[in-house]
Amino acid sequence: MSNGREENFVVGGIRRMGASFLFLFRLLGQCVPAMGRPSLIIAQIYNAGGRSLIIIMLCGLFVGMVLGLQGFQLLQRFGSEEALGSAAALGLLKELGPVVTALLFAGRAGTALTSEIGLMRATDQLTAMEIMSVDPLRYVAAPRFLGGVIALPLLAAIFSLVGLFGAQLIGVQLMHVDRGAFWSQLQGAVGLGDIWEGLVKSVVFGITCSLIAVHEGYNAAPTAAGVGLATTRTVVASSVMTLLLDYVLTAFFL
Amino acid sequence: MTNPVSLNSASPAPADDAVVDVRDVHYAVDGRAIFSGLNLKARRGRITAVMGPSGTGKTTLLRLITAQVVANSGSVCVLGRDIAQADTEEVYRLRKRMGMLFQNGALLTDLSVFENVAFAVRENTDLPEPLIRRLVLSKLQSVGLRGAAELMPTELSGGMARRVALARAIVMDPEILIYDEPFVGLDPISLGVILRLIKQMNVALGITSVVVSHDVQELATIADDSYLLSGGKVVASGSPKELAASDMEVVHQFMSGEADGPVAFHYPAPDYFDQLLMGEEP
Repeated sequence: MSNGREENFVVGGIRRMGASFLFLFRLLGQCVPAMGRPSLIIAQIYNAGGRSLIIIMLCGLFVGMVLGLQGFQLLQRFGSEEALGSAAALGLLKELGPVVTALLFAGRAGTALTSEIGLMRATDQLTAMEIMSVDPLRYVAAPRFLGGVIALPLLAAIFSLVGLFGAQLIGVQLMHVDRGAFWSQLQGAVGLGDIWEGLVKSVVFGITCSLIAVHEGYNAAPTAAGVGLATTRTVVASSVMTLLLDYVLTAFFL
Repeated sequence: MTNPVSLNSASPAPADDAVVDVRDVHYAVDGRAIFSGLNLKARRGRITAVMGPSGTGKTTLLRLITAQVVANSGSVCVLGRDIAQADTEEVYRLRKRMGMLFQNGALLTDLSVFENVAFAVRENTDLPEPLIRRLVLSKLQSVGLRGAAELMPTELSGGMARRVALARAIVMDPEILIYDEPFVGLDPISLGVILRLIKQMNVALGITSVVVSHDVQELATIADDSYLLSGGKVVASGSPKELAASDMEVVHQFMSGEADGPVAFHYPAPDYFDQLLMGEEP
């Protein structure tokens, strides 16, 4: 009995993964014509990005402040508090910026995408489009996917910037680390490669989180419970995939 | 029960008159047979009613006609084309010649009434904006909702939403109009309006209509041909009056709304007495 269940779990998992990849190929095929409708994509960048801005900035500030406090405590032991700027910048740009932004994106924008598309499925809006000879993948899914892919790296950049401000606020204003040393150490330690690593990560997370959100919404069971389940899956799958891919990408960039 | 009984005394229409031709269709979902040998025709310019108890696959039939699902065997020909043989492009071309009114309206909630009606025209044609405006306003005028053009779907009553959905369904001047339970949940005034509009669309525009519903009395006033589905196939066909006069048990039960008969009131279950007294697991 348990073997059967395990087999179902494994087969189900493989089937879902295969369905996701098939969906991705179909979605990518529709992204090209969807790019011809920039107004739809801009609206989705606003929905996924603009509406997440406050929460991203607020979290970025606090993460930066915590980084400032912890970093100062640690670096003080070695008498190198001036390195706080570089430590905070590298931590934010390479890791915390992309990862925490992706996790927040999954919780805020990903769930909104899934429930919106899922409800459109449940209320026959997607079917109505199909009957009107309009492919919902092109009109609904592709603009939302592209909007998420574009919005997440922008949000990650803003997160890192606000985080640096938070770290500076604690380090320089509160703990009295030398302002000049803070910024010059930062400037010396952070190279273009570090920014590139953060950018690649946030683009990959953007593709992953947006794909999962759109896929789960598009294939949600057309019931209240189905939409709820799809929304939960979006958060869980996006979070797990973000952390897993973060490890893979970090290992790749070393 | 195995052979459908035609109750239509009128002379049969020529074969090429069928805009929708469903032949010997078998269709199952998760091993559960929905249709087992379904035969049905909707003839050009007529209103065809498809009736049957809940769960007999009426909505599934519409999904077959609109190529949302494909039959396991048999053929579904729409406008002379077997949709199982049609590729995606062709299915989309065929759908441009169809309109469908959904049970809940299925209006796009982020677009206004005007934009909902204009949606298919904007997406499928390159018509200039002034022409789209005239077209949309004329369709809204025909359903009496020109004044509601700027409202959002959430601001509409159930009856109004269905009328907007009807305007949207006819905006591309379809040859076939498909109605999925158009009378469900409507007040008597809205119901009368929808009934009148269905008949008007049919008479004024010459649209072939397929109406799926279990509202016998309402359908009887507008339908030219009727089919009664039960057990995955057509059990009787003819005009609504002929169905009403039928002495077939299943037809009589449905038309007169009796609780028990060939369509059982009770879902299959173990013996009631045994279950109550013998402590049998539910």
